[in-house]
Amino acid sequence: MTDATHVDGNALGGLLMEVFGREMTDAHGCCASCGKVHPLGAMRVYRSAGDVMRCPTCGNVTIVTVVIRERTRVHLGGVRWIEPLA
Amino acid sequence: MSFISRGFQRRQAPTAPSDRVPPGQYVTRDFPVLSAGPTPRIGLDEWRLELVGELDQPRSWSWQEFTALPADEVTVDIHCVTKWSKLDSAWTGVPLDALLDGLDTSAAFVVAHSYGGYTTNLPLDDLTGGKAWVAYRYDGEPLAAEHGGPARLLVPHLYFWKSAKWLRAIELRNDDAPGFWEGYGYHNYGDPWQEQRYSGD
Amino acid sequence: MAGTAVLRRLTWAVAEVVDRIGETPRVLSLTCDVPDWPGHLPGQHIDVRLSAEDGYQAQRSYSISTPADGTRLTITVERLDDGEVSPYLTDVLEVGDRIELRGPIGGYFVWEPSRGGPLLLVAGGSGIAPLMAMLRARLQAGSDVPVRMLLSWRSGEDIIYADELDAIARDATGVEVTHTFTRSAPDGWTGRTGRLDRAALASLAWTPSERPLAYVCGPTGLVEAVASALVELGHDPARVLTERFGPTGG
Repeated sequence: MTDATHVDGNALGGLLMEVFGREMTDAHGCCASCGKVHPLGAMRVYRSAGDVMRCPTCGNVTIVTVVIRERTRVHLGGVRWIEPLA
Repeated sequence: MSFISRGFQRRQAPTAPSDRVPPGQYVTRDFPVLSAGPTPRIGLDEWRLELVGELDQPRSWSWQEFTALPADEVTVDIHCVTKWSKLDSAWTGVPLDALLDGLDTSAAFVVAHSYGGYTTNLPLDDLTGGKAWVAYRYDGEPLAAEHGGPARLLVPHLYFWKSAKWLRAIELRNDDAPGFWEGYGYHNYGDPWQEQRYSGD
Repeated sequence: MAGTAVLRRLTWAVAEVVDRIGETPRVLSLTCDVPDWPGHLPGQHIDVRLSAEDGYQAQRSYSISTPADGTRLTITVERLDDGEVSPYLTDVLEVGDRIELRGPIGGYFVWEPSRGGPLLLVAGGSGIAPLMAMLRARLQAGSDVPVRMLLSWRSGEDIIYADELDAIARDATGVEVTHTFTRSAPDGWTGRTGRLDRAALASLAWTPSERPLAYVCGPTGLVEAVASALVELGHDPARVLTERFGPTGG
């Protein structure tokens, strides 16, 4: 049975736009684990106590967003870099 | 914030706190599936449960060995930090007391490791004294993979993120080490009765 | 450039519902008029926020199903029985009511005629919404990008935009629409049934050498299966774009 609990990075479009002030789903992110580059919109997102974004190549965690007491925190520890489009 | 949606009401109002329902929770009959990653698929042939770390002799069980151990059938209430509570859920599991029986350790802390990489941390005390199980059946059936099968930790007195799914190993430690959600801002201990959802609560 | 956003804050706007169109017994299209709407690209979505008197708020994302049209946009909502937001949108909201929304959001799952093709649009159920924006934009622009649209429905009564799709299939040049039914086909149906599996895609989609741009939208299971199958068939993964909205969606 396929894993029914994930969505795509598009689902975080609004939250990321709030934090970064611009469209981010077409920004590129470089996975800190495997080095592959993907648009954030193409990454898989698992939603539970927070939103966990994972690299579509290696499955490791890239970005985690958590909303705590109405404040949004974006953890970027799983990416080497992110680069919005020009 | 001023805009109100005409005629909109929340579907699940918080249940009044009682001796069964911690503050801020609502009761559900569902069993929501929430995960930080894909569901691991572990064959029973390859499954192992390991007890490692600060102890004289590591222990490990194969599926056959593990399921041959005397197990408890327990009915417990579970509370998720995302605000749902499920009352009277029925599980079959081996008590941690049995798995730790006769163990010589100086450890005060535990990290539970899951297949797939998830971790969570607890004081060792919170796994003993009849408070925790490694559960492999839910509601009369083998525990489904989406709910943490083949076996998961079951620690009902804490928020359910502490009940690590797809349990692979229990690591005994002298020092505390925050697990996955603890590292992302969730409370280190997670007592639902004190509403310890986030770090600093 | 397509999809780039002007640097601006994403703010909540209060829009007015100007039209309600019942598409199927469980699916409704809502047209809203949004003050200062900057326009949007096909494939983009909005976030809708509902606020109760006691301060409780619920938020969900909905794809825009129409191409840019001044200050107007349409979303197509499937009513989920145990949903928090969708039953409000389909059952309670009336023309003249106001609704809070923000957008447009999305730069990845976006298509406009300048991106070219050929275009492969694959959807399950209400996943058709953003693809319909793309198809309608292609027609409105008079573009000659060839389109193959593959739609998976549970049964005949689930077909969204049924009449419009029939008309397009009949009249538009360079657009092919194929339906398949996974549970029960309409009476007298002689067409395809069953899931859009690898064999179905091999027969219906463009070949990898034609280098299509593929957009796949729907429940996670369908999107996963179709996207993997397309890649296995030899399509460039970078040209297979997905929008999963989970097992439910709101």
